[in-house]
Amino acid sequence: MLIGIPKEIEEGERRVALTPESAGHLVELGFDLEIERGAGAAANFDDQEYEKSGVTLVDDPRHLWRTADIIMKVRPPQPHPELGFNGIELLKPGQTLISTIYPKQNPRMLERLAERGVSAIALDAVPRISRAQKMDVLSSMANIAGYRAVVEAAQHFGRFFTGQVTAAGRIPPAKVLVIGAGVAGLAAIGAAKSMGAIVRAFDTRPEVKEQVESLNAEFLMLEFDDEDGSGEGGYAKTMSPEFIKAEMDLFAAQAAEVDIIITTALIPGKPAPELITERMVVNMKPGSVIVDLAAEAGGNCKLTERNRVVEHHGVTIIGYTDLPSRLSNQSSQLFATNLRHLLAELTPNKDGQIVIDMDDEVIRGCTVVREGEITWPPPAPRISLAPSEDIDKEAVQDLSAKEEKPAHPLAFLVPLALAGIALFGLGLVAPPAFMGHLTVFVLACFIGYMVIWGVSHSLHTPLMSVTNAISSIIVIGALIQVSTDNTVGMLLAGLAIFITAINIVGGFAVTQRMLRMFRK
Amino acid sequence: MNPGIIAVAYLGASALFILALGGLSHQETARRGNWYGIAGMALALVVTIVGIVTANYVLLIVALVLGGALGYYLAQKVEMTQMPELVAILHSLVGLAAVLVGFANAVEHSPAYVGIEKTIHDVETYIGILIGALTFSGSVVAYLKLSAKVGGKPIKFPGRHLFNLGLLLLAIWFGAAYVEASAQGAGMTELVAMTVIALVFGVHMVIAIGGADMPVVVSMLNSYSGWAAAAMGFMLGNDLLIVVGALVGSSGAILSYIMCKAMNRKFLNVIFGGIGSSSGGGAAAGAAGDEADIKPIEADEVADLLKGAKEVMILPGYGMAVAQAQHVVREITEKLRGKNINVRFGIHPVAGRMPGHMNVLLAEANLPYDIVFDMDEVNEEFPNVDVSIVIGANDIVNPAAQEVPDSPIAGMPVLTPWLGKTTIVLKRSMATGYAGVDNPLFYKDNTRMLFGDAKVRLSEVLQKL
Repeated sequence: MLIGIPKEIEEGERRVALTPESAGHLVELGFDLEIERGAGAAANFDDQEYEKSGVTLVDDPRHLWRTADIIMKVRPPQPHPELGFNGIELLKPGQTLISTIYPKQNPRMLERLAERGVSAIALDAVPRISRAQKMDVLSSMANIAGYRAVVEAAQHFGRFFTGQVTAAGRIPPAKVLVIGAGVAGLAAIGAAKSMGAIVRAFDTRPEVKEQVESLNAEFLMLEFDDEDGSGEGGYAKTMSPEFIKAEMDLFAAQAAEVDIIITTALIPGKPAPELITERMVVNMKPGSVIVDLAAEAGGNCKLTERNRVVEHHGVTIIGYTDLPSRLSNQSSQLFATNLRHLLAELTPNKDGQIVIDMDDEVIRGCTVVREGEITWPPPAPRISLAPSEDIDKEAVQDLSAKEEKPAHPLAFLVPLALAGIALFGLGLVAPPAFMGHLTVFVLACFIGYMVIWGVSHSLHTPLMSVTNAISSIIVIGALIQVSTDNTVGMLLAGLAIFITAINIVGGFAVTQRMLRMFRK
Repeated sequence: MNPGIIAVAYLGASALFILALGGLSHQETARRGNWYGIAGMALALVVTIVGIVTANYVLLIVALVLGGALGYYLAQKVEMTQMPELVAILHSLVGLAAVLVGFANAVEHSPAYVGIEKTIHDVETYIGILIGALTFSGSVVAYLKLSAKVGGKPIKFPGRHLFNLGLLLLAIWFGAAYVEASAQGAGMTELVAMTVIALVFGVHMVIAIGGADMPVVVSMLNSYSGWAAAAMGFMLGNDLLIVVGALVGSSGAILSYIMCKAMNRKFLNVIFGGIGSSSGGGAAAGAAGDEADIKPIEADEVADLLKGAKEVMILPGYGMAVAQAQHVVREITEKLRGKNINVRFGIHPVAGRMPGHMNVLLAEANLPYDIVFDMDEVNEEFPNVDVSIVIGANDIVNPAAQEVPDSPIAGMPVLTPWLGKTTIVLKRSMATGYAGVDNPLFYKDNTRMLFGDAKVRLSEVLQKL
């Protein structure tokens, strides 16, 4: 099959859906490749490099849209600014479009694709399950956006990130607050931390605390025991009013203290929650910077303007939505690699023929139009998040365990009482000598119990061989009897001495040999 | 010798034995612990020979020297991979000694006991011989199985539970008969009959258990050899024997408990059930994945993976012992540590055929024990591990234990290498483990299979490093 890669036409878009490296892998999968001349230029990929990897260069993008079996793009199709055509109109049945599509926000686009009778795979709709991670462009782009957000903030921030003590005075470190510790948030935390800032992070999902702390940042917690913000597919969900109130108080207090705020709070399919009010911006120190990664969905800050850098009350507010594109070489590499993995998944026979297998959870999830029929939204995913499922399982197990044992609080006394009665009965008839031995026996059992629990697992084999040796203390029994006049008894005892001697020496010697081998 | 002195010496010996076991709680004190044990034994022997023995010194010394020499020879000659066999055969000797001492005591018909004391004494003798005989024959069968002189597969006779029950009832009946006959100065027939029954029972019990359940069997026999000694102590009215027997008995019992817990099974189920016979076990043991999802890997790729890793975890199983691969593993470990790669070992409590089996093998190969960790210590670390290498292990790394609720091994604690970045599994073929459950680990995205003999394949990896 022929894959065509037109040049991106969205203003400011510098990425490309194919790199010379990913092209090599796709050729191995059996595909033919055509790319529009200059498509990789903005991401520093030369046309010659593509040719070396076996890609044919094409001048007219309309040719690609008409003839390629698969169109691969970064952005959704849109009217061409110079040539005045829209790629969708050139498509015909049998072709497949692979790009970001945003089906939820773009229902009209799905209808138009369906009208053309094509299939469409939305890269942004790849299910967020572990198997699909290698195809998840949202994650790889969010990672880049988070990193770049810190770079942009540094650009507009008038001070160092790191603290220093110099001959010219002390430089305090910058304080950065990251709201939302998803992929972008974590990348931002890592970047800000490595530049030397003091980083704090907030998230409604308590399970990310560990990840934040693993980056040496401080996790800000709200004391709400029963509210967990984890929603489907690793995203956060909308919280209760009380929670939001507490959250806003926390942000207000932090705003007055920190120098840089990076917000990444998104709830899928909804406008971004407004977390930074104008009041908070007023309270921030002059020269502070806010980077709003949710600008595309309306912004987490009230004053954010999409794609612009604005200044209000002495605070710079950055609303870029093209952060990944600003690292176009890196983001193209990751994007193209995600695409390559997706195509490998679509090409089970490695023969250059794609198969849209609607039984495959991942492929089903991202196929939004199939041969002219809208197949979005997909059925609900079977699993949301592995960890939470584990927790559920444990909870279920705990419950069932409890149901099995509705034990009476005093039930443990029953065996004790029975043992007591048995001992009492024994005490009535047994001679005192026997009771003395029994006392010793029971106490020794308890000592053994206490001592053995302390034995390290790694020493269990030596433990067995040494107990073996000392259980040959039976030799004492043989020694007591060896002096008898009874010949049979004497011979039996002698044989027992011989056997136990093997055991004593053998057991201790082999233990010694083993223990000598254990070394630090 | 003054009886007081003997009693004090026995008390000292008991204390030394307790210290010996206590010493084993840490690697640093373990060798000292062994010396405590030797000292305790020497003290008990010397005091008994000097203080109690009055005749037949020649027989005594010859038996001691010959036996000791033979024991020393065995201890020096044994390969560390054969430790389970050695331990099993030594258990059988304790059992046999108990039987011999019991009979020696019974033939004497000591007139010192009358009435209820006589009855108690007879019961003690009877029970002591019973446990001893059963330990003896059970251990011999365990030895034969572990040394592969008979097949390792469980052998189950039809109606075996009824058979066992019959043996138990017979033993009780002969017990009553023996006590009655003994009061008249006879009873040898009953005693011999019971011994035969106990021997049969020991064989029958152990022959039905096999494979990965052997650690439980070995520790159970360890426990029995202790109870046999304790019973002898009661019979002879000797507190030293009682104390030591109780120590060893509870030690073995705790080991059995730990092993059962590590397999998430009940002790009685291991002894009388057998995993294959549990209902529905076969049905749930279907293939866990698609053949196509298996990703084989070659030695040079493994070497590259290892060179690129920072954290490596090695998870050995019985297969490493079978292939004798521990020395190659050590060489790989040294090479990687030389490259500043952190190599650690994760040991499952039931890995191998005996409690602590893997630790001994790794120690024999000269691996330092401070990089060898228990399952609980490493399981939380896996998310940070770049490469895990599973060597000849299956059930102990089976995610089905956590993921498949109706799996026969559901709930068994397992090592979780799949949480790390890459897992390499060394295996001879795709055959299932002892539990007969397919392993979904082999089909996971981040698992690579290195097929072949562990020693050969690891040597290839070593060359490429």
